[in-house]
Amino acid sequence: MEALLAIVIGVLGGSGIWLVLRPRTFQVVMGLTLLSYAVNLFIFCVGSLAIDKPPLVRAGVATTLENYTDPMPQALVLTAIVIGFATTALFLVVLLASRGLSGTDHVDGTREEEP
Amino acid sequence: MTLAPSHLIVAPVVLPLVTATILVLLGDANRRAKGVVNIGAALVGVLIALALLSRVDGPGAGVYLASNWEAPYGIVLVADALSTLMLALASVVALCVAVYSEARWARTGTYFHALFQVQLMGLNGAFLTGDLFNLFVFFELMLAASYGLQLHGSGWPRVRSGLHYIAVNLLASSLFLIGLAIIYGITGTLSMADIARRLPLVAAGDRGLLHAGMAVLAVAFLIKAAIWPLNAWLVPTYAAASAPVAALFALMTKVGLYVIVRLWTLFFSDPGPSSHFGAPVLVVAGLMTLSFGTLGLISSMQLRRVAGYSIIVSSGTLLFAVGIGKASVTAAALFYLLTATCSVSALFLLVELMERIGGDTRPQRRADREVDEDTNLDDDETPLVGRAFPLSLALLGIGFMTCSVLVAGLPPLSGFIAKLALLRSVLGFDTDAASAGPVPAVWWFLGLLLTSGLAATITLARSGIRHFWRKDGASAPQVKVLEAVSVCTLILCGVGLTVNAERVLHYTNAAAAGLHSPAGYIDAVFATLPRPGPTRPDLEPAP
Repeated sequence: MEALLAIVIGVLGGSGIWLVLRPRTFQVVMGLTLLSYAVNLFIFCVGSLAIDKPPLVRAGVATTLENYTDPMPQALVLTAIVIGFATTALFLVVLLASRGLSGTDHVDGTREEEP
Repeated sequence: MTLAPSHLIVAPVVLPLVTATILVLLGDANRRAKGVVNIGAALVGVLIALALLSRVDGPGAGVYLASNWEAPYGIVLVADALSTLMLALASVVALCVAVYSEARWARTGTYFHALFQVQLMGLNGAFLTGDLFNLFVFFELMLAASYGLQLHGSGWPRVRSGLHYIAVNLLASSLFLIGLAIIYGITGTLSMADIARRLPLVAAGDRGLLHAGMAVLAVAFLIKAAIWPLNAWLVPTYAAASAPVAALFALMTKVGLYVIVRLWTLFFSDPGPSSHFGAPVLVVAGLMTLSFGTLGLISSMQLRRVAGYSIIVSSGTLLFAVGIGKASVTAAALFYLLTATCSVSALFLLVELMERIGGDTRPQRRADREVDEDTNLDDDETPLVGRAFPLSLALLGIGFMTCSVLVAGLPPLSGFIAKLALLRSVLGFDTDAASAGPVPAVWWFLGLLLTSGLAATITLARSGIRHFWRKDGASAPQVKVLEAVSVCTLILCGVGLTVNAERVLHYTNAAAAGLHSPAGYIDAVFATLPRPGPTRPDLEPAP
């Protein structure tokens, strides 16, 4: 499962970086979104991966990490998702303003030369 | 411990939050009231920061346990000497910016005041927090507000540079989270003091990963601190932003530097396998940033860009000083940080006023009296004697000259004292220990710092000549009292730092000594116990 998750994070992150480096603002937004998915998954898995171990205390089960998964990364990832979502939404607004002012979706607002 | 002093630590975060809420609720209707609330809150912020500053004694840290949870389980706010110093700096600059913006810029948009207060909350929180994830949240608050402020006034240059600015900062936030996650994965904690305590216990096999995490985290801060080659976003963004916003943004690069100083002294001061990790990188990057800023200074013709590049120069200087990692150098660097921030903020405000100096299109007013043969004539055969010289122009000229002396670091003002203290400490003249002598990097630093001062002098003098000594006759710019007062206050802060240099350097020496022996900080955080109360009835009252 670790290998699968690592590959998923790698593919998401790699695609994100490639898209961020593209010259179109929409591609940059998609790239940043994919990158934030990769980062969120990464935060989620730092507390070590475990199946059938909820981060909630159950009656009669000793409160050690043997029986539970680490709740901290889950709290962190929740905050990171909310903040990432808000800033991406804000970025979209600026993107639309840039599109309206320049008439193109190039990140520098310059039209490419016709071939 | 009484109730008031410890709660004062959280006030710099709560006050802007409450003020921002009030400002949003006031809506668009009552602009005068909003201006008064904004300036009032900024003024109270200065008083709080000064009160905290007067309570800090030496390396001891005031610790505030949020929600009465002890470290490392709860989030702590730590007001030590460095944090309070940064708080005081931020609050003074913020007050001047608030007063300045009231003259004109605050009327351009509805939510300027609210965004301003949220930005202030993010700044103060980032200076106070003792927890890495909380630092991330305050960083994002500060950045989210800064995106709105940067676009304040709208227009294509702002939107274009804002797009780049936001994209770069979103990437930096991703790096921040990656670094933070790696560090949590290894140390199992996010409290800075706890990480510092556990660092020596990290297994040798995990140390490489830990260093990688620290490096990724550092890149996120170094992007904010405008390190070369990650600073291409800075100059266009700051040059496009409206004057008060740019002056406030001068503080934001210092947040990146503050975090680097805080974390690096806390984690890597003590001898051990991780001691001085990454210091050579900081030294070399600092020198490169300094060179880049110097070249930028010489090559810019617009005064706004000159101000942007002088931020990069001060960042390079400070990064080098952090990389050296000696208490005496850090002390001098903190003094340099104070004077550089005040003077660059003042410069950003002055730039806008100077851009209002227009060529005089009205016919020149000839003196009534006859022109004698020996009268001093200018190019247009107009007598130079007896021509009215506008007061605002004179004030602006004096202000610009003083500000240039501060930015370029010429004697006798505090910029010079700061550079002298820095050079003295990096060259090792302040210690009588017979050391092996300065390393080559220090000689490079000496040369580059002096060259950057020369470059700043040349480029600022050139801009001054172009703005004030115009051939077509400089007409008096419209300068409002509020604007003049705020710019004068910032410049007088620089002058005040000159007069009180010894006291301030004494303070920064104590702060740096506290930073370079992090045990005091760590002990202060863990020695603070929660109080018995409704949420913690099981606790015994403190003796």
